Amino acid sequence: MKAKRVAWMALAALMVVGLIACQQSKAPAGPPAVPTPVPGASDEAKAPAPQGGDNAGAPSAPAESLEGELTIFSWWTAGGEADGLAELIKVFEQKYPKVKVVNAAVAGGAGTNAKAVLKTRMLGGDPPGTFQVHGGSELIETWVDAGLMAPITNLFALEGWKSAFPEQLVDMVSKDGEIYAVPSNVHRGNMLWYNKAVFDKAGVAAVPTNFDEWIAACEKIKATGVTPLALASRNKWPVLHLFENLLVEAGGTDFYRELFAGKVPWTDARVKTALEHLAALLKYVNKDHAALTWDQASGQVQQGKAAMNVMGDWAKGYYTAQGWKPGEEYDAAPTPGTGGVFFVVTDTFGLPAKAPNPDLTRAFLKVVGSVEGQLNFNPKKGSIPARTDVPRGAFDVIAQRTMDDFAKDTLVPSAAHGSAVKEAFVVEMNDALSVFLSRKNVDKTASALQQAASDTGVVQ
Amino acid sequence: MRQAGSETRLSLALLIPSLIGVAVFVYGFIAWTGYISLTDWRGLLPDYALKGFGQYKQLFNHPRFRQDLVNTGVFTLMFLAGNLFLGLTLATLLDRRLRGAGFFRSLFMFPMAVSFVVTGTVWVWIFNPDSGLNRIFTALGFDTADWGWITDERMALVCVGLAAIWQMAGFTMAQYLAGLKGISDDLREAARIDGANEAQIFRHILLPQLWPVTVGAIVILGHISLKIFDLVYVMTQGGPGRATDMPGIYMFEITFRGDFFARGAAIAIVMLAMVALLIVPYLIYSRRMDAA
Repeated sequence: MKAKRVAWMALAALMVVGLIACQQSKAPAGPPAVPTPVPGASDEAKAPAPQGGDNAGAPSAPAESLEGELTIFSWWTAGGEADGLAELIKVFEQKYPKVKVVNAAVAGGAGTNAKAVLKTRMLGGDPPGTFQVHGGSELIETWVDAGLMAPITNLFALEGWKSAFPEQLVDMVSKDGEIYAVPSNVHRGNMLWYNKAVFDKAGVAAVPTNFDEWIAACEKIKATGVTPLALASRNKWPVLHLFENLLVEAGGTDFYRELFAGKVPWTDARVKTALEHLAALLKYVNKDHAALTWDQASGQVQQGKAAMNVMGDWAKGYYTAQGWKPGEEYDAAPTPGTGGVFFVVTDTFGLPAKAPNPDLTRAFLKVVGSVEGQLNFNPKKGSIPARTDVPRGAFDVIAQRTMDDFAKDTLVPSAAHGSAVKEAFVVEMNDALSVFLSRKNVDKTASALQQAASDTGVVQ
Repeated sequence: MRQAGSETRLSLALLIPSLIGVAVFVYGFIAWTGYISLTDWRGLLPDYALKGFGQYKQLFNHPRFRQDLVNTGVFTLMFLAGNLFLGLTLATLLDRRLRGAGFFRSLFMFPMAVSFVVTGTVWVWIFNPDSGLNRIFTALGFDTADWGWITDERMALVCVGLAAIWQMAGFTMAQYLAGLKGISDDLREAARIDGANEAQIFRHILLPQLWPVTVGAIVILGHISLKIFDLVYVMTQGGPGRATDMPGIYMFEITFRGDFFARGAAIAIVMLAMVALLIVPYLIYSRRMDAA
């Protein structure tokens, strides 16, 4: 009898283990879940860490003895992102071994699913301890304006962060003089990735730095029978990602900011120039773009089927996972015409106004904003630190160049990634541009964008 | 008398929980959605100020929504025609008591057991120009370089329609099979004695007898296709361009991503109205049939 019961329990346990294994092997589409090896990664990152709050074998005694449970909400479920988050949690757990961290990550849809879940939790009065949110409009217009966040200006002063983070970045997480979130990392949106072998074969000696050079390079590559520019339009946003680069290329950063602030109409001549440039580039893209997601377009460059791709520097995480060598087999430069400009996609963490345990959240935010936290998180994530004083040894050549640019370039928020303008308008822009891909009607698209800006309240 | 009264009371008492549930969770929320569609609620926090029919005016002037309506219409016609034709054909063949009819009946019914999400995932592989049908056609010696299938704006809606028909044709077949089984053999015998051939029996005896089945199938299939979301979202997310976009996809994006709740509500009400246009005449028709 007893033996039978034990056998049943063993079977049940096996099934549970099997289920978990199945779940883990089913990583969502996108970059494969391979940990990203980083040349010269710091050894601290590899130190063993306690697994739970009740772990007695913690290496160092905690400075503070906070207790309780902290829920961290994100859409980092796979690849380097998930590894980076795990590193961050490790650092936190070493400092606060009595705190139980719940990693509440929601998979799928580049965050769309997670955002829907987050909205339900926040409006239902059940906020997580802290959550991942893009700095800029997504943080301010969605959460801060709704009164659902508590300011952490004090924390910035206590930790001396005001001098550690660039002022333009702090502006993106601030409203009316109060700061609402601490940036954990920065991705650069305006980057042109290229396959060096394909460039050599086509005789493209220098990376194009303006639009005319870009088209000339496209022509040369096309003559060799390789797709000049890889595009992915299945999820729509990569098209907007390319287009926002072209907006700055055609009109500069002041124009870009005024456009999204509703001060310049979308029927402006510079918008039309950007659309014309987009139409010109579309002559050089792959035919099957409607079936591809961004990582598949990145893959085409790696496989030599395409020469270039405009994508944020998370593309590097994909290449690193494939064992492709930065600076040797491929390289990256600012999107032609956007040199000196840095499109910011920054992940930040804030303090929900109704957070169950604000002290725990603040403790975690301290780790997020610390040099140690940023140093452990970013090499895995494939991004650069949001602080400008983090040691550079752990980063590859492209990341080091990006860090240099970040410290001196003009920073602009990305629209495709929710930092420049409200999401309702992003939905409408994605739609207008996906139609533009085949129709290429400049005037109609410009007036459709203007109409959408007024419908969604971007223009009053 | 007392007996009947207590029975009525008992049945009312048993019904009340579900009546309240339906009143609140179906009709209450429909009314609430209708109210929201008359506001200008943009953003996370509610804005309940009534603004009239402005949302509907914007919506019907929006090129995306207009295209959505056209797409829904084309998709519904294709879906209905394909299902009714295939369903009736298969049912007629299987009704002949062929050997192995039971096996084929199960075979054609199986796709129904699969969810639209799974169907979509499989068919998008089949219609992907790099992985699916093109491989077969290339192997057969065709030049498939320009065959875009699901990435071609002119073809994409047809591709989605084919996947939907694959899913639901078995169900339509089952409906027709049940209908055919319900037709008395005496009728066919009588027609044969009168000298009718098989085609005439089909045309003048079976088809008219199957009319209620056809109407029922149109209503069930029609409301599925007018509200279609999951299959299209998995296959194309509405693309390329707006080629396969549907009101449901627009509603999902603008409501749950864009927080533009007023517009989302207006789209939902239009979708409800479209389904009502289909269902209400059916309800009237079936009441008349019951009365007759």
